[in-house]
Amino acid sequence: MRLSGPLKKVIVIFLLTLVCAYISLSPGFNFLGRSFKLPALDVKIGNFEIKRNFNLVLGLDLAGGSHLVFEADTSKLPADKKQDALNSVRDVIERRVNLFGVSEPNVQTSSFEGKDRVIVELPGVKDTKQAIDLIGQTAQLIFAEVVEASPSAQLKPTNLTGADLAEAKVGFDNKTGKPLVQLQFTSDGGNKFAALTAANVGKPLAIVLDNQVISAPIVQEKITGGTAQISGNFTTDEAKKLAIELNAGALPVPVKLVQEQTIGATLGAESVSRSVRAGLVGLGMVLLFMFLAYGKLGLFADLALIIYGILTLALYKFIPVVLTLPGIAGFLLSVGMAVDSNILIFERFKEEKPRRPLADALEVSFGRAWDSIRDANIATLVTAFVLANPLDWSFLNTSGPVRGFAITLALGIGLSLFTGIVVVRNLLRVFIRK
Amino acid sequence: MIRWMHYRLLYAAISGIVIAAGIFSLFKWGLNIGIDFKGGAILEYRFAKQVSEDQISSIVKNTGVGVVSIQKTGDGTYSIRLAPIDTNQKTVITALLKKNFDAEELRFENVGPTIGPELVKKTVYALLISASAILLWVAYQFKSIKFGTSAVLAMFHDSMVLIGMYSLLGHFFGAEVDFLFVTALLTILSFSVHDTIVVYDRVRETRKKIGGSMTEMADKAITETMVRSLNNSFTIIFMLVALILLGGTTVKWFAATLLIGTISGTYSSPFVAVPILVTWDEIEKKLKRR
Repeated sequence: MRLSGPLKKVIVIFLLTLVCAYISLSPGFNFLGRSFKLPALDVKIGNFEIKRNFNLVLGLDLAGGSHLVFEADTSKLPADKKQDALNSVRDVIERRVNLFGVSEPNVQTSSFEGKDRVIVELPGVKDTKQAIDLIGQTAQLIFAEVVEASPSAQLKPTNLTGADLAEAKVGFDNKTGKPLVQLQFTSDGGNKFAALTAANVGKPLAIVLDNQVISAPIVQEKITGGTAQISGNFTTDEAKKLAIELNAGALPVPVKLVQEQTIGATLGAESVSRSVRAGLVGLGMVLLFMFLAYGKLGLFADLALIIYGILTLALYKFIPVVLTLPGIAGFLLSVGMAVDSNILIFERFKEEKPRRPLADALEVSFGRAWDSIRDANIATLVTAFVLANPLDWSFLNTSGPVRGFAITLALGIGLSLFTGIVVVRNLLRVFIRK
Repeated sequence: MIRWMHYRLLYAAISGIVIAAGIFSLFKWGLNIGIDFKGGAILEYRFAKQVSEDQISSIVKNTGVGVVSIQKTGDGTYSIRLAPIDTNQKTVITALLKKNFDAEELRFENVGPTIGPELVKKTVYALLISASAILLWVAYQFKSIKFGTSAVLAMFHDSMVLIGMYSLLGHFFGAEVDFLFVTALLTILSFSVHDTIVVYDRVRETRKKIGGSMTEMADKAITETMVRSLNNSFTIIFMLVALILLGGTTVKWFAATLLIGTISGTYSSPFVAVPILVTWDEIEKKLKRR
């Protein structure tokens, strides 16, 4: 049996919709009081394994969490050191946030007109104060003596701190070739270090960063000259990381909290359920309107709109798009706009119908309407591009709810062109001719 | 065929009245600027026990923080607006409200005073970039700077309407200018142009096929696109009304802004952009004849 072109396409669209419906509904859903579970994708082809779960990723305003903006005081630094300083502040904050045990934290920097900021997003954090205190404290590097006391060893902080460290860098042992971390003290720090090592020959000297012992090398001899090295069983990566941490500790740029936004998980869940309800009511009205305004043609547009909804949700989960409240609003707005291409085409069809046979009139309507659909949607995409700022231009916004809105709006436009034109056209080709 | 271009003065009068009302409100009451731009704090709680706004206010005031306003946002939920506070002050307030009225913290926003000016600048840049990109795109597509400029003028008409109306909403219903307002404004600009392009497209098509005076082509194009414009607006309006009524406090004003913009954007295509285009064309022809 030979299938006609449009019929083939309709079958492909149908299959695509089925796959997307599966993604949209996974990992499970409730229907008539019964819950259904759909397994996550887990495909293995040779050595190549695809493992994906299709959970909807919710932003801070929906899942609950904190959005914190810190301002780094880089005013005392020379211009060429600012970016480095800001990056190391980010690294320190990232390390501290990771210590805090937050799932998928997001730490990024933003510089605008001389203001250097670090933006921290912490999903699901309950105790924001603790998190803020932890982040805001200036990195503290301390050298501590180890006092043997029963039952366990105790640390006794000394007056040698990160402020005395000029630089830390990765080096390699001359004899063994193993990576190590070289420390360069300031002249004052060098004197303190000499005195400290003289007093602790044969004993360990602990290097403590943010109350965590990162290394406790045994002092071999009194060290003068203001340099030292920490040799341990480091891999190159570990040594590099330690050097970065030490540099971070040695570069105390004070940070100040300038903006905080914390959304409780209950408020987020309420927003989700309210938006879903609003969306369903609005969708219902749009579906009804299209049927009332365009009759049978409207039903095809309705079918395409439902396919649009399924495809969009699947795409959000697949990419995944972090869904925020404005993002949902953007999606709902795009539903309203999605039928626009159909309205354009159907209005055109009304004009063309008296002039030529039905099937021809349809084809002509699609062709004629395309120009205005294309030009109009490109204008919207331009705005979405500026709002989403995908190139991270520093003179525009780089994060937050607006980006979420723009992304869902842009995806909505792209997909609605597909469903409004390709899907409807092929459906009509198959069903109207018969 | 309706001779739409005959009533240009009427359209100008309608737009003029709406914009004048907005400008009046802007000068008299200004905009109700939210904390995103001017700095400050919002705390939102759900209280398990009965509580009055005065009780909340007195507790917060006792901690030495200036209360700007307290607003009931739902069943047992209140939002408190304050001058910018630090984390410690917030912890104290939350603990006190929890002890006295069994409060659960729903939301906390605190914006330092330095954020606002930066946001204003970034917003202006975003507006300028999108406006000029759209101007160029329309001018290029329709091979005429007249089309581009009148589309962008209609776009500014819509932003004037939107900002003016929002000033009224802010004065009478407490709608705040926040980050989402800016987003809505930018979205409406693109929607406005979207709609204008659909009408222009018909003018372009007629010009190619039939020709005629700009006025005739405009009348024809508006007649042909009117039903489409209205129907498309209806579908968007349905979605937005559903959001305003059911979507909750956070997106209510966002959706309302989009709604005003959708109506203005639909109106401005046939009744602002096209009249400007036609009038410009007439003036140009008169000047050439001299």
